[in-house]
Amino acid sequence: MKNKYFGRLSTFVLLITGLLLYAFPALAESMVGQPHDWGIMLQEAGSPVKERMEEFHDLLLIIISIISFFVLALLVYVVLRFNSRMNPKPSSVSHNVMLEIAWTIVPVIILIIIAIPSFKLLYYGDRTPGEPDMTLEVTGYQWYWGYRYPDYEGISFNAYMVPDDEIDTSKGQVRLLSTDNPVVLPINKDIQILTFGGDVLHSFAVPALGVKQDTVPGRMNETWVRITKPGVYYGQCSELCGKDHSYMPIEIHAVTQEEFDAWVESAKEEYAAYTPHPETPVQDSKPVQLATIEE
Amino acid sequence: MTAVHAEAADTHGDDHHHDHKPGFFARWFMSTNHKDIGTLYIIFSIIAGLIGGAFSMMMRLELQDPGVQFLTDAAGNPDGHMWNVIITAHGLIMVFFVVMPGLIGGFGNWFVPLMIGAPDMAFPRLNNISFWLIVPAFLLLLGSAFVDGGPGPGAGTGWTVYPPLSDMGHAGLSVDMAIFALHLAGASSILGAANFITTIFNMRAPGMTLHKMPLFVWAMLVTAFLLVLAVPVLGGAITMLLTDRNFGTAFFSPEGGGDPILYQHLFWFFGHPEVYIMILPAFGIISHIVSTFSKKPIFGYLGMAYAMVAIGVVGFVVWAHHMYTTGLDVDTRAYFTAATLIIAVPTGIKIFSWIATMWGGSIEFKTPMLFAIGFIFLFTVGGVTGVVLANGGMDIVLHDTYYVVAHFHYVLSLGAVFALFAGFYYWIGKMSGRQYPEWMGKLHFWGTFIGVNVLFFPMHFLGLQGMPRRYVDYPDAFAGWNHVASIGGYIAGGSTIFFIFIVFYTLFFGRRAEANYWNVQPQSMTLEWTVSSPPPFHQFDIQPKVK
Repeated sequence: MKNKYFGRLSTFVLLITGLLLYAFPALAESMVGQPHDWGIMLQEAGSPVKERMEEFHDLLLIIISIISFFVLALLVYVVLRFNSRMNPKPSSVSHNVMLEIAWTIVPVIILIIIAIPSFKLLYYGDRTPGEPDMTLEVTGYQWYWGYRYPDYEGISFNAYMVPDDEIDTSKGQVRLLSTDNPVVLPINKDIQILTFGGDVLHSFAVPALGVKQDTVPGRMNETWVRITKPGVYYGQCSELCGKDHSYMPIEIHAVTQEEFDAWVESAKEEYAAYTPHPETPVQDSKPVQLATIEE
Repeated sequence: MTAVHAEAADTHGDDHHHDHKPGFFARWFMSTNHKDIGTLYIIFSIIAGLIGGAFSMMMRLELQDPGVQFLTDAAGNPDGHMWNVIITAHGLIMVFFVVMPGLIGGFGNWFVPLMIGAPDMAFPRLNNISFWLIVPAFLLLLGSAFVDGGPGPGAGTGWTVYPPLSDMGHAGLSVDMAIFALHLAGASSILGAANFITTIFNMRAPGMTLHKMPLFVWAMLVTAFLLVLAVPVLGGAITMLLTDRNFGTAFFSPEGGGDPILYQHLFWFFGHPEVYIMILPAFGIISHIVSTFSKKPIFGYLGMAYAMVAIGVVGFVVWAHHMYTTGLDVDTRAYFTAATLIIAVPTGIKIFSWIATMWGGSIEFKTPMLFAIGFIFLFTVGGVTGVVLANGGMDIVLHDTYYVVAHFHYVLSLGAVFALFAGFYYWIGKMSGRQYPEWMGKLHFWGTFIGVNVLFFPMHFLGLQGMPRRYVDYPDAFAGWNHVASIGGYIAGGSTIFFIFIVFYTLFFGRRAEANYWNVQPQSMTLEWTVSSPPPFHQFDIQPKVK
């Protein structure tokens, strides 16, 4: 019995190790802003919130791995040591107060170790540390995103996914992730993101930036981002919104302030005559605002 | 748990009983016998499980490779609505029509009266209507797939049925049918729960105090209270949704002063206790199996019982951890983070108590025990990822990704479903009077164990990389792990088909089972092992006494 189970176990461990070794080289090629083949960890961070999430996740991963392997080790020991061959006479122990107190107290301590950085992260991710440098308004529609730059008069546009047959990989476009009108944002600025719901629920999510905020009709939600690395950041709608839920990605180009200023000038011209796609509701410019922001 | 010395029960088999079994139609269609109703529930659960599992296979087929290969409309374009209908049906079927009827209606009905030494449930006719409400509920839900939903046939709202998608987003009749299906299933659960509470409080054998009750009965008692308190809230929420859809109210639509987030609060006030409703009976079953096959009494019986009570109570105050991205105030999120983390403590008590029960035991690795050991480890894995998701700050990047899918399949598909299989193998001899072939059960276990791990473990990676849930197609970078997951899905699917074969083989060719075919020792004894296999139609001619 012992050898049989031990054999199975070692095969299993070898298999898992092999899988991990196979997966880890993929970590080497770093690509900010999008998932990569066989990736097994969080996308590379592009914002301080996401960096803190990564740090916190590293801590959590260590803790939960230790717990899981501890339980696994106990189970393996029990299976090998206390099977009916090795231990024909069972004990009749059914209580051990100290042990029971220990496995109540120790988890509480572990949870406190988790909770402290957890709250720090939660509060840090909530609002811009000081006054926001600029604001981006996002509205979720079936099935595209409406963007508006309230700090720059006249920049307002919708972004649709580039269909599969129009994807141009030479331009770096990615299937299901690239959009016709990317959002352009400056790096190293505290950007307030306000989200509004145009029809049903959607969720504005960019994994590499640690941003995910539902767009809810009748509400204005707030989150924020400071992008630290220039590049292209992709995200996807993250709340079930109907038949084309899979087809309303988010594409953000993070550029330097100079490049951003230049883009603002060109965008003012480009989007001055912007006619929203026919199915866009007429009064899409400004959804009902139920709350005003403090500060 | 107490050692039961049941000297009173008659173990002579049913030969000299005057069972007065009713005829076929009266017995199975007008049944008031808890064992027959339990059997009906288990058959129902297996059939629903095969249908829900067929949807899983469709999903894994579609997700095996990037692009949309199967779910296309007549013109060959991807049909996202059909995908949404499939994921919705899969979720609702597995929750309401597989796990709940199997664990609560099936094993609960069968073994709560037997374990407490009662002749039947307190309200046998109520028991009958509980079962016969869930059948039309299931038919309504299946039927809703063939009725216009608005964007196409069927309800593609997700099992959460969030408005406005389930309201203005689904103009057709399909969502109304699905809502009515949930109404019936909810009524069935509430009636069943009332029955269990009454039975457990009033019909225990003399001497069986609450603190001597078998842990499965404790689990069913806590579950029944959760059902009675949580399901009416779901009923209220979907009724408000129904009137929003049809009668011009605006509970959830901002145009009329309502709020879609209100629905989410109501839904998750039900939905979170619901996940404990699905797992507590599993805890009970696992406790008995671990004790029986370790030949040891349950370690820390009282701690085990009150850990379940604690999980049930705390389970009611953590609901908004499903809503961290909806725009809740940051202090609210902080509270729900703290409350959710606390649940890890009683859950940890249970895990360690099971291991302590095995410690020093003389363990036999029969199929139910394999499933139980598998349950303990995999539930731990699902539990610790739950601790990750509990953190409001961390959840932002994981919410609505495959990490969540991996988490809840580890606790449900590898937790609750493992317990369903464990309970089935543990008790099939008792229920049918015939025992399954051991090698078949073990083969089924290893196939399922390997299959579901290959299926669900890579989903953690996909989720960390940011793959959102409920997507019919995904960026090509996610292709690798999705392919692996699909292969695991097919292994698990194949094992399930083998399980169906085992069921039929056992019922027709299984060898006869004795009354106590697991040789359950006095320290693990519960009353069902004191009656014949299968138990007489009316058990306990003489009321058993518990010392």
